[in-house]
Amino acid sequence: MVRLEPRQQHSQAMVYLSPVLAIIFTLLSGLVIFSLFGKNPVTALYTFFVLPISTVYGLTELLVKATPLILIGIGLSIGFRANVWNIGAEGQLTIGAIFGGGLAIWFHDSESMFLLPAMLIAGIIGGGLYAGIPALLRTRWGVNEILTSLMLTYVATLLLSFLVTGPWRDPAGYNFPESRTFPDAGMLPIIMDESRLHFGAILALLAVITGWILMARSVIGFQLKVVGLAPAAAKHVGFIHNKLIWFSLLVGGGLAGLAGVGEVAGPIGQLLPSVSPGYGFTAIIVAFLGRLHPVGVVFAGLVMALTYIGGETAQIEIGTPAAVTGLFQGILLFFLLASDVLTTYRVRFGSPVAERGGSS
Amino acid sequence: MNGIEWIVPLVMTVITASTPLLFAALGELVTEKSGVLNLGVEGMMLVGAVSAFAVASSTGSGTLGIMAGAAGGALMALVFGFLTLTLLANQVATGLALTIFGVGFSALIGASFVGFAIEPLPPLNLPGLSDIPIVGPLLFGQDFLVYLSFAAVIGVAWFLKHSHSGMVLRAVGESHDSAHAIGYNVIGIRYLATMFGGAMSGLGGAYLSLSYTPMWAEGMTSGRGWIALALVVFATWRPGRLMLGAYMFGGITILQLNAQGLGMDVPSQLMSMLPYLATIVVLVLISRDQTRIRLNAPASMGQPFRPAH
Repeated sequence: MVRLEPRQQHSQAMVYLSPVLAIIFTLLSGLVIFSLFGKNPVTALYTFFVLPISTVYGLTELLVKATPLILIGIGLSIGFRANVWNIGAEGQLTIGAIFGGGLAIWFHDSESMFLLPAMLIAGIIGGGLYAGIPALLRTRWGVNEILTSLMLTYVATLLLSFLVTGPWRDPAGYNFPESRTFPDAGMLPIIMDESRLHFGAILALLAVITGWILMARSVIGFQLKVVGLAPAAAKHVGFIHNKLIWFSLLVGGGLAGLAGVGEVAGPIGQLLPSVSPGYGFTAIIVAFLGRLHPVGVVFAGLVMALTYIGGETAQIEIGTPAAVTGLFQGILLFFLLASDVLTTYRVRFGSPVAERGGSS
Repeated sequence: MNGIEWIVPLVMTVITASTPLLFAALGELVTEKSGVLNLGVEGMMLVGAVSAFAVASSTGSGTLGIMAGAAGGALMALVFGFLTLTLLANQVATGLALTIFGVGFSALIGASFVGFAIEPLPPLNLPGLSDIPIVGPLLFGQDFLVYLSFAAVIGVAWFLKHSHSGMVLRAVGESHDSAHAIGYNVIGIRYLATMFGGAMSGLGGAYLSLSYTPMWAEGMTSGRGWIALALVVFATWRPGRLMLGAYMFGGITILQLNAQGLGMDVPSQLMSMLPYLATIVVLVLISRDQTRIRLNAPASMGQPFRPAH
């Protein structure tokens, strides 16, 4: 019989080993899934996970996709540490894109050097305000932030769709549901020739460093840890907990908003009915896979970015459905959560009685 | 009879919009009563919807489709149960994983069924009775799943309140340690309750793809799984109130669909926000009364249980 036995203390080794195990098991299930689809599993895995990053351009595309994931992942990992479950980052991203993109559309003749910084700030404010709604409802009336932040995601998506089909539709756009393209002054500069890699990647790097300092050195970083580790104790210091809920949601929303404006002022260049292939949801996996640590989030963001460009490459090269990306992401999170059991428990074989009598 | 018959199609559409919510929320209610919080309802509904549609359109049998929908949802719940009950993984994170997985998995299976059409589930149609004006079509003109949902509300209400097994289930949800000490199999009971919840979510999904809109479309549940989760809180874990809530939301959905017909000149996207905004409002209203929530919420909900020996 197999059973779980609690460890005396958390296994630090397993904390880092568990994501590696999860990735290995996900790749192994990939072999099975591709075989079921009648594809050569080895070729398919190669096409999915190696081919897309075998060129310099492919690597820059990986960074382009990792940028929003890392930005949002940093913000979410702050909240998850304090058991604040903001799962509406996709909506906050959308509102950030609307706020920042709205400025670009309003000032579409502008050549001012202030337009882009204003858009970025507007995006952060938009995402932060939007995440402020669940924060207000949670701290004021104890409304569960999981459900409210998610409901607001649907509302944000509908709002964007309304704007680009209605008031913000490109007047010269033949009735397509899209806004006019942003002026050059409202676009993030490309930081590498012959690629789509934009300044947002540097902003993501700054967010990582800031997040790292915050977690390791600041009082609020310490409070976040305490609340996450001992929620019962935290209940008795309600004031601090409310402050942390506000902080987590505002930072998480602000970074998601920044990611949103980064997408529309970066690779997209205008507002479309959909500005993200679910980055806000994938960033939840990024936060967990990155062990809720800013440095881990960087690696996790790169891994999850690979599932996006791998999915696109495999769709073109061997004709697998686009949904394979989502499937891999879900499976990866399952394996991660399963392997995480080993950080707090060890696996024992044999029944407890037999063991007591045994030589060990 | 003139002037009142317009109410028949209206009530009929409210019923069809409410039924998927009712199934999913009722299943989650039982799961939560056992102390398990499964946030994967949206994912289980989607897998239920795609399984039901795939089987119904390949075999031509709606009955087999319904069974496949329930089985698909239950299997998803089994994965959730294995991770959270056996491996003691965090229930919130696992529930999110279940939804992310369900969205991808259903899209993958469904990819080859997009654009297929099937016959919707037939209405009961009792000769004579169903022809009675107004009352006939409302009472005797629904399809099988609608009647099943009514029966399920009564069944669950009776089970939780009056049956011995229901009492055990509630005890497990209130205090798993005491229930374990008395000798009840906490993990086993939670597995059953979780899988019941999955099967019901699967039925909710099956109703969407077999009856409400007889087709498959990626992400066709569009947040109903999450609304179902909110309904359980709204109902403060009571089946009767749950039914009321489900029908209220069905009504809001229909209001939104018929707004243009009623002469309201509001853009469709803004009208479509209604159910989501209403969910938030309802959650705020109910959450303001924290004592009521604390009195009714299962005390062990969301907490992992590991027998001491």
